[in-house]
Amino acid sequence: MLRQYETVFILTPVLSDVQMKEAVAKYRDLILAGEGEIVYEEDWGLKKLAYPIQKKSTGFYHLIGFKATPDFVARLELQYRRDERVIRFLTFAMDKHAIAYAEKRNTKSKDPVPVKEEKPAPKVKKPDLDDDIDIDEED
Amino acid sequence: MANKEIRFLNPPTFEVKKKKYCRFKKAGIKYIDYKDPEFLKRFLNEQGKILPRRITGTSLKFQRKVAQAVKRARHLALLPYVTDLLK
Repeated sequence: MLRQYETVFILTPVLSDVQMKEAVAKYRDLILAGEGEIVYEEDWGLKKLAYPIQKKSTGFYHLIGFKATPDFVARLELQYRRDERVIRFLTFAMDKHAIAYAEKRNTKSKDPVPVKEEKPAPKVKKPDLDDDIDIDEED
Repeated sequence: MANKEIRFLNPPTFEVKKKKYCRFKKAGIKYIDYKDPEFLKRFLNEQGKILPRRITGTSLKFQRKVAQAVKRARHLALLPYVTDLLK
């Protein structure tokens, strides 16, 4: 039984471009070797960290969404821990809402849908998401 | 001599309390993305702490999801654990 997972790992910024791609390819191969399938992939590139990790203030972020058996995740994380290039990682099982969100996100990023531009602005366009929370304490 | 009327030093203000609502329920959002730190910052205070429900009005179900997303973002260094003057 395959479940869908999403994994993000941060590689050290000291790697060269080639080394970075090599590391990413390693995990890609690992997933494929573990009878998983890669659903989507995102390379966020070199990003600034919100706080230093191992005295480094930047890192290469890479995200892979994949399907695999639950016991595979432990093996993947073991590889992350053994790998000195990976300074941080996160893997989590996606529920149906997360999968739906990821699908929407991927279709949106791949083709920006230029045809639907002329449609009148739909009324349900995330109402009031922009209003700031007014911090007034009431007890 | 005694004035029977109650007199206030400051004129009392009668403001109607705006009812708080859960923005996720209202907007029909089912999943809160940890990859979007700018959005999650709405639920944090200046020190990067998660704001309580009584301030944001988020329902319990989504408060848990917000907290989960914030914690994931912190782990991935997308959001700081502690800071000053976030935002």
